Amino acid sequence: MHELSVVFYIIDEVKAVAAANDVSEISKVTLQLGEVSSVIPSYLKDCWKWASAKHRLLEKAELEIEPIRALTYCDDCGKIYHTLRFGKTCPNCGSGHTWLKQGQEFLIKEIECSDSN
Amino acid sequence: MYVRRVRREMEEKHVRVIEIKKSVFENNDREADKLRQELRGKGIFLLNLMSSPGAGKTTTLMRTIEALRGRFRIAVMEADIDSDIDAKKIAALGVEAVQLHTGGMCHLDAGMTRQGIEELASKDIDIAILENVGNLVCPAEFDTGAAGNAMILSVPEGDDKPLKYPLMFQVCDVVLINKTDVLPYFDFDLEKCRENIAKRNPKAKVFPICAKTGEGIEAWTEWLAQQAGSF
Repeated sequence: MHELSVVFYIIDEVKAVAAANDVSEISKVTLQLGEVSSVIPSYLKDCWKWASAKHRLLEKAELEIEPIRALTYCDDCGKIYHTLRFGKTCPNCGSGHTWLKQGQEFLIKEIECSDSN
Repeated sequence: MYVRRVRREMEEKHVRVIEIKKSVFENNDREADKLRQELRGKGIFLLNLMSSPGAGKTTTLMRTIEALRGRFRIAVMEADIDSDIDAKKIAALGVEAVQLHTGGMCHLDAGMTRQGIEELASKDIDIAILENVGNLVCPAEFDTGAAGNAMILSVPEGDDKPLKYPLMFQVCDVVLINKTDVLPYFDFDLEKCRENIAKRNPKAKVFPICAKTGEGIEAWTEWLAQQAGSF
């Protein structure tokens, strides 16, 4: 929903890290994105393409997105299941006492620098 | 953060990989905490009001202002993608209102909220209300720095919305169920809605209201008065 604005956050953060480490060119930015983080990878890449081109530091930077699978834990039977497939209801025991264990993450994992430093 | 050097066989050159491992929202969260502390220091209770478009944010806000303006100094920040229709309506009540244009953004973040607070001419404020962009998805993900989050769910939207937009209901201290006057015409089950909200957020206060007739408004405004009074 808000891919462009999160791209701006990413660019701000990456620029700060680059400045602190004397980086003049970034070749890759790697994100880790949960399956239910409400961010759509293809939109994110489109926004990245548009926004990153405006910064010399990021002109050649490719955006890599590592997905994080969404997993839900069931309090009643202790099983873990795939959230995208079964949602809030546990496929093992039918309980609704479940909570998302992972899958909402949205992390900047690392940057790869191609300068000579 | 640490730096590791990786030898790329293909390119025959060294590249540096700098590990960041940081949430994209971390900077905003930090800014929001900072703003929250500053506002607490100034005694300003900031309420972030959210809903989908057309749920009745502005009408509810007008009722709220009418009920509380004798006791509290209130200011309003209206966030919209464009137009100043809402700010004009609020200003007509004699309360300072600033219009924040998000420039197409679907939500407000802590930085934009700070700008709004700074734009307010009056500095002696007890309650500042931020009318967020009409949207049940994005505003829930961005901490504005508010001391309280409230959302309005209107009857025509349906009692299943807490299940469909879980994060919005998780982040809210208060859910106002608006337009109760049309309950007879919709398949909206108030008790079921309460259950659905409790599933997502057992701590959320729920107030059924009708902003048009004023029904139920008092319970809500008293809650707000209590929060702001003890702030």
